[in-house]
Amino acid sequence: MTQRWPIVVFALAMAALPLIPDLPPFWIVLLNNIGLAALVAMGLVLLTGVGGLTSFGQAAFCGFGAYTTAVLTTAYGVSPWLTLPLALIVSGLAAVALGLITVRLSGHYLPLGTLAWSLGLYYLFGKMELVGRNDGISAIPPLSIGSWRMLDAGAIYYVIWIAVILSAVLTTNLLDSRTGRGIRALRRGHIAAEAFGVNTARAKMLVFIYAAVLAGLSGWLYAHFLRAVTPTPFGVHASIEYLFIAVVGGAGYIWGGVLGALIVIVLKEILQSYLPLIFGGQGQLELIVFGLVLVALVHLAPNGAWPWLTGLLPFKRRPPRIDTTLPLAGRPAAEPPPVLLQLDGARKQFGGVLAVNDVSFAVGPKEIVALIGPNGAGKSTTFNLITRVLDASAGRITVCGADIASATPQEIARRGVARTFQHVKLIPDMSVLENVALGAHLRGRAGTVASMLRLDRADEARLLAEAARQIARVGLTDQIDQPAGSLSLGQQRIVEIARALCVDPVLLLLDEPAAGLRHMEKQQLAALLRQLRDGGMSILLVEHDMGFVMDLADRIVVLDFGTKIAEGTPEAIRTNPDVIRAYLGAAA
Amino acid sequence: MNTTILLFLIQDGITNGAVYALLGLAMVLVFAVTRVILIPQGEFVAYGALTYATLAAGQTPGTAMLAMIMGLVAFCFDLFAARKAFRPKAILRAAAVDIAFPAIVLALTWGLAGRANAIPVNIALSLLIVAAIGLFLYRIAFQPIAHTSVLVLLIASVGAHLALEGFGLIFFGAEGLRGPAISDAMISIGQLQITGQSLAVYGITLALIVALWLFFDFTLYGKALRATAVNRLGARLVGIRTSLSGQMAFLLASVIGAISGILIVPITTLYYDTGFIVGLKGFVAAIIGGLISYPITAAAAIVVGLVEAFSSFYASNYKEVIVFTLIIPVLVLRSLAAPEVEEEKE
Amino acid sequence: MTAPLLSVSGASIAYGKVEAVRAVSLDVGHNEIVTIVGANGAGKTTLLNAIMGILPQSGRIRLNGVDITGIEIEDRVAAGLSLVPEHRELFGTMSVEDNLQLGAFRNARAAAQSFERVYALFPRLKERRQQLAGTLSGGEQQMLAMGRALMGEPRLLMLDEPSLGLAPLIVADIFKTVGELRAAGVSVLLVEQNAKAALQIADRAYVMELGHFILDGAADTVAADPRVVASYLGFQNDAAARV
Repeated sequence: MTQRWPIVVFALAMAALPLIPDLPPFWIVLLNNIGLAALVAMGLVLLTGVGGLTSFGQAAFCGFGAYTTAVLTTAYGVSPWLTLPLALIVSGLAAVALGLITVRLSGHYLPLGTLAWSLGLYYLFGKMELVGRNDGISAIPPLSIGSWRMLDAGAIYYVIWIAVILSAVLTTNLLDSRTGRGIRALRRGHIAAEAFGVNTARAKMLVFIYAAVLAGLSGWLYAHFLRAVTPTPFGVHASIEYLFIAVVGGAGYIWGGVLGALIVIVLKEILQSYLPLIFGGQGQLELIVFGLVLVALVHLAPNGAWPWLTGLLPFKRRPPRIDTTLPLAGRPAAEPPPVLLQLDGARKQFGGVLAVNDVSFAVGPKEIVALIGPNGAGKSTTFNLITRVLDASAGRITVCGADIASATPQEIARRGVARTFQHVKLIPDMSVLENVALGAHLRGRAGTVASMLRLDRADEARLLAEAARQIARVGLTDQIDQPAGSLSLGQQRIVEIARALCVDPVLLLLDEPAAGLRHMEKQQLAALLRQLRDGGMSILLVEHDMGFVMDLADRIVVLDFGTKIAEGTPEAIRTNPDVIRAYLGAAA
Repeated sequence: MNTTILLFLIQDGITNGAVYALLGLAMVLVFAVTRVILIPQGEFVAYGALTYATLAAGQTPGTAMLAMIMGLVAFCFDLFAARKAFRPKAILRAAAVDIAFPAIVLALTWGLAGRANAIPVNIALSLLIVAAIGLFLYRIAFQPIAHTSVLVLLIASVGAHLALEGFGLIFFGAEGLRGPAISDAMISIGQLQITGQSLAVYGITLALIVALWLFFDFTLYGKALRATAVNRLGARLVGIRTSLSGQMAFLLASVIGAISGILIVPITTLYYDTGFIVGLKGFVAAIIGGLISYPITAAAAIVVGLVEAFSSFYASNYKEVIVFTLIIPVLVLRSLAAPEVEEEKE
Repeated sequence: MTAPLLSVSGASIAYGKVEAVRAVSLDVGHNEIVTIVGANGAGKTTLLNAIMGILPQSGRIRLNGVDITGIEIEDRVAAGLSLVPEHRELFGTMSVEDNLQLGAFRNARAAAQSFERVYALFPRLKERRQQLAGTLSGGEQQMLAMGRALMGEPRLLMLDEPSLGLAPLIVADIFKTVGELRAAGVSVLLVEQNAKAALQIADRAYVMELGHFILDGAADTVAADPRVVASYLGFQNDAAARV
């Protein structure tokens, strides 16, 4: 299984650290601050580095956690431990409310939106009577176990670092799971993830809430560590600093959050203590140097310190072995319907341009249909209509007899329609195995909590086994553990086919599967597709290599400027004068 | 509320809104051309305002020296970048821009500071100083990482903001400053009193917007900037240097920021760190404009100014809360109106 | 014999660990149309992008005998190299005229003359000069992309798939224009999937497969090579022959 010993060693080292004799107490305070920041940064790693959602508002969530416990313990005398779940719930609920508004925002709107509410909340904290306005709340009781009150930094140190290490382990587990693959797919855009049944809106919301809850936990700890809260540590500057910590550590790596916190906080401390000694106490020199170091760091190591550090290690993590014998339940066997896919006058209009103009055709069971035509003829748009990436402007499309007008892309996948993309949409830094396993997303059951607690292993092993089988089927077993981005473009297209096969589809949509393949590889691909057809699958493919298409397809549909100009057997298409004029022949 | 207060609030709102409009426009410009979210815009405002106020008070602003030092650093960067291919012409150009330009500005500052200069002289000098800082800021902090992601650029932007704010404290101290008004005139129209300074704000804002429009639509360099914003690769393929576009964008943004600062410093006391909040309000307008549209940004800025004026009257405690949460409904509307499109990013 | 206009020697281009182009050498002479044919994904576009400086490569690139290997795209433009990329990269929200004017960014003084030449070559662009580039039809966009490149008076024009997604009639038009360019003293390096059309107008041709050249020579010799006929011309010839 996965190698746990580095974490155990780290935990033991952290536990032993305060026992060092004559350790300056100030170091413990510093370590506490590092732990608090690491918790927030870890959430940001998940949100920004892995999920691709940049947030400028994490400090505000710390504020929710801190103020919740501060108000409840001081004004209502609630025990600090009781306020922990409440603090997490309040930050989580705040994330739900803010997330509903902001997570949908695409592109740069999301960071800007978070920046806006983060500023608003900061001023709100500073003005609200309930939370003591700018003076904040003081005399917050310390955490206590029995009669032991954790008054000094050394006591709460253990609570903080247990929280950090637990969170890191749970988060690592989460990422290494079915749900985690869905989250990691977010960064490459939502289309590919949704085509395999990932509910991207929910996945985004999940990481947003997860990151907020981690920040809330940090805030709760902060309140009981300092035993006073004011608005300043929950403002925009703090949020920016957390983001900075994540980037410095390595925004794609959970332990990068911890490392980043260490680097930034120690650096700030050194600057604050030594700069005035060198330059005298003038001005905010540390601010200047901190800013300059920030600029220099992103110049020198834009990917962060963690990947650089792990790159130095002499040993590499060994990928786990996959037991390919584990079965994964497929689609219940049933007589295929007479028509798998039917387009009736499908039309798509972009502004004034008719990309697909009243196109009708059908795909029956055990049939390979090719869609050909010049570039820009509307082939990929047709694919996008069938898979519900785009709304049809008019017409009717049915899959297995059911109208899909209001279906989501996930439902299309659930009905057994799987696809590949013209522009390969794999996650380049994820292994071939993990990329392909994303295809089996809908065939797994394990949820978020189960994944975090490692209760998903049986389910997960079956998914990975299925992925490994499909990779073997397309002949890429030798590359199974390589990052998908390191494969040639042709091989990446084959990986996409394996991923689509993991859906256990009844209809496979392939967008230019043979592009970039050698002659031999094309023949192997053709043989595979024939074998799939004979096994009961139907295939609709877009392809430019006419030799490949003519050899393979049972039927060909020809599009030109969005309009179907011909349909028939390869022989009929080959001699159709309209097709020759528009596409095949006398181009020059 | 009576008409006088109403009119006063409207006037106040439009005056501030005009300044926010300028800042918003500059941010849109910089983002479109360089993908940098210009957090240090606020420092351009503060530097412009406080340099002007310092000059008016007969002292020498430290910003002139900062410009000189940044120029020297920029020159080192240029030398380093030119190490592969020695081209005397390029190095001479770098020396002229990086060393001669700030040196002349510094000499002028030393020569002119401490005298009772005419207001336009102080304004011109302040603008030159801040322009040099803006130009070199791009050269040093952003040009070497121009190809990286928006997030990395943003972190660099935050770093630049922090460093410049720290320098601001050294140069200008923690005390706030006020500068002399460009015009002391006062015009009464019925119950409404319009100050000359307000008129100056309106006039200069309008003039700047017209000037920007002329620049972008009718000059080759303006078009080159737009082209870079529309399609970076396309711009490079016709020989437009992205570094040149970036420097121009920062130069414009810093001048616009400094003008905004000089316009408001006679009205409100500015501190070394006030620029940040003022800049962010321009930013709110820029976000409402989607970081793309200049007219929407300008209109939104006026709305931001008005909302701020009215909320400071009705709920002064929650003024900032209201201003900053203003953009959330706008963002929601925007995302509802424009369905998510797949971004083909690398 | 004088030095070739463009000379690429031993160029390799990698995306991460994957070598898309391996140790490729190629020459383009003065007043010459050279074409690179090959299947989708063979590395043709990658090679053009590397020559233009968009992608880093190993090996040497010389233009007119001057080494341009390490220099920036913008300096290559100034040296007389121009690329019309596959996606055209026009300034969509700007007018046709502005697009062309920016094409002459590096020699603004000669712009008036260049305008005349480009409008003579593509009269359609003159009719549409106030229209926004993004609203043009595909064929017109291709013309604009070529026109913009020609505004800079390049010595070598590189065209990446100019026929992509265009109606056959317009393709014929564009290829005719390419032929005229040679007469006007501009050399052309043409990457094209439509091998038949490309081989008809080219003087010389290279055949690329999986990142390297498997064949090169005079265009008619290449067109007659059995491997080329089988892989790139076979079916198309076949189909055309039946019309």
